[in-house]
Amino acid sequence: MAQLAPGEHELRRVIDEDREVDGLGEQELLELYRSMVLLRTYDERSVVYHRQGRIGTYAIFWNHEAMQAGAVHALDDEDWIFPSYRESAIGLLRGIPAATVLHWWRGHPAGWWNPADYNVASICVPIATQVPHAAGLAWGKKLKGESACALAFFGDGATSEGAFHEGANFAAVMQAPLVLFCNNNQWAISTPLSAQTRAAALVDKAVGYGIPGIRVDGGDVLAVFEATREAVERARAGGGPTFVEAVSYRTAPHATADDPRAYIDLDRVEQEKQNECLGRYERYLRRLGILGDDLDAALRAEAADLLRDGIAQAEAEPDADVSLLFENAYANPPASLRTDLAELRRILGGDVG
Amino acid sequence: MVEAINDAFHVELERDDSVLVLGEDVGRAGGVFRATAGLRDRFGADRCVDTPLAEAGLLGTAVGLCMAGWRPVTEMQYDAFSYPCLDQLITHVGRYRWRTGGGMEFPLVVRMPYGGGVRAPELHDDSPETYYVHTPGVKVAIPSTPADAKGLLAAAIRDPDPVVVLEPKLIYRTERSPVPDGEHVVPLGEARLAREGDDVTLVAYGAMVPLCERAADVLDGEASVEVLDLRTLRPLDEEALLASAAKTGRVVIVQEAPRTAGFGAELAAILAEKAILELRGPVLRVTGYDVPYPYWKIEDAYMPSVERVVDAVRKLLAF
Repeated sequence: MAQLAPGEHELRRVIDEDREVDGLGEQELLELYRSMVLLRTYDERSVVYHRQGRIGTYAIFWNHEAMQAGAVHALDDEDWIFPSYRESAIGLLRGIPAATVLHWWRGHPAGWWNPADYNVASICVPIATQVPHAAGLAWGKKLKGESACALAFFGDGATSEGAFHEGANFAAVMQAPLVLFCNNNQWAISTPLSAQTRAAALVDKAVGYGIPGIRVDGGDVLAVFEATREAVERARAGGGPTFVEAVSYRTAPHATADDPRAYIDLDRVEQEKQNECLGRYERYLRRLGILGDDLDAALRAEAADLLRDGIAQAEAEPDADVSLLFENAYANPPASLRTDLAELRRILGGDVG
Repeated sequence: MVEAINDAFHVELERDDSVLVLGEDVGRAGGVFRATAGLRDRFGADRCVDTPLAEAGLLGTAVGLCMAGWRPVTEMQYDAFSYPCLDQLITHVGRYRWRTGGGMEFPLVVRMPYGGGVRAPELHDDSPETYYVHTPGVKVAIPSTPADAKGLLAAAIRDPDPVVVLEPKLIYRTERSPVPDGEHVVPLGEARLAREGDDVTLVAYGAMVPLCERAADVLDGEASVEVLDLRTLRPLDEEALLASAAKTGRVVIVQEAPRTAGFGAELAAILAEKAILELRGPVLRVTGYDVPYPYWKIEDAYMPSVERVVDAVRKLLAF
């Protein structure tokens, strides 16, 4: 069994060190930026749509775009993504229409998608329970001799859950090709990391599973990309799972229903906002001369158009038929569900006895 | 019965190479009750997998295995040890197909030895069927004969939906009767008339079926007793239940789980809704009590007994 040292606590960085990442040319660097702009636009528009009453309660991911885009860009299309609700729009990077994700937040069944069409699992609402799914998918692919791996997104709070532990341990024991990607934004609603763990760093948990851990600046998209790519390469080569701790800071409320002023350090939030991840990457690209005003404006307009079309399409969707209450839970539904639907239709049709 | 379960595994793993067995001690040891004996040697350690001790992780991993194209059969070592897996069962297993708009199937099986009367330590004796049957999106099967144990497990493995199979461990070794060779499938949702009668129907499943048959023997000459073995709780063979109730006009439901909100209450409600005019007396229940399953020196007093069933039948006949 390999001897593992405790994880490095120092955050890996690229942007602040003005390094470049091997294998990322101008095209790839811009694609990453495009993905971040798309996610940022989705998120900012969603907060507005919520305030306008056009979508329901929404989990904001502002300043998480570097972690989401950086990690996904390190994957191949055959690799599976297991999002938590914080990564609700991650499917946009895999071709899921914006309208579909907006439907999900509008509580409309048109927000369903088939994970196998995009290799993106359903948005996981309960904390950490997607981690065993990702372990099982990754292990199952390996057993079938396929090369795909899986990446599970989860937050700092999730590391306290049994499901995280069981999934991580399963993946380690089975040497499943899995990236355990922890978005450590240091808050689980109002619970700070210090109330979540006594570990000096979450990356130290990797040692307990006998797997490597990497700690990275979660606001640095290139550092996230590089770290995830290392984990993916190891997974694909048969080296099993890696725990990636991406350290960031939640500068927005947990969700639209949350008011963090009761518990958060507002000065720290302001300071973190000054260093938010999209701006950091934008300045980096401008320093390299890759991004100029025109291109930036074009990318932002493209994303804005996509969202404008997406919400229009979502709002044009007819109400779901009540038959959807009874369909899809079973391939072969019990007969009682047919009777229930017939009764419901009768009453909705005004035929009340 | 346990040999029949083992036989089902050998047949189904041979038939379909996407079937994979996983659980605690299922591989090297062949299961604590030997239900999975010989599978690891015959099909390899990748088809019969010893897992870490983590019931929620086990079931959650099975969800992911389905996504990768496997048909996983998980073993929960004992009834009460399955409770951690309810997290995954309720939050994901019963909902995932629905969540994908029917696009993705989750053909997984959760099987476990269940029930009391075996002189076992605490938490090796529970009857948790209500938790499972109350969860939308899953099906629940409970065999009472060796042939059904084989056939229902095969049906569960082949079914496109998640199926929980509860195997009555009280009769794992005592129930001995012929089992068909080779492929044998008992369709989910078809009850079995274990015994025909005219005066009263005993409705049961699992280990309570042979108990009801013994009660019927005791009542021989006094009352003609029908015994209906439900075999699956979801989908429920409502037709068979209502037909028997209409025929005898008297129903006693026997379950070893605690009474309150148990499956017997559901059956009684269906009879009240759909058979009220056919009934000649109240629907009675003989059940475990609303207490924690006791230590084994007093478990016989907890379990429904032949005497309690006979007593209920006599009360109903005298109504």
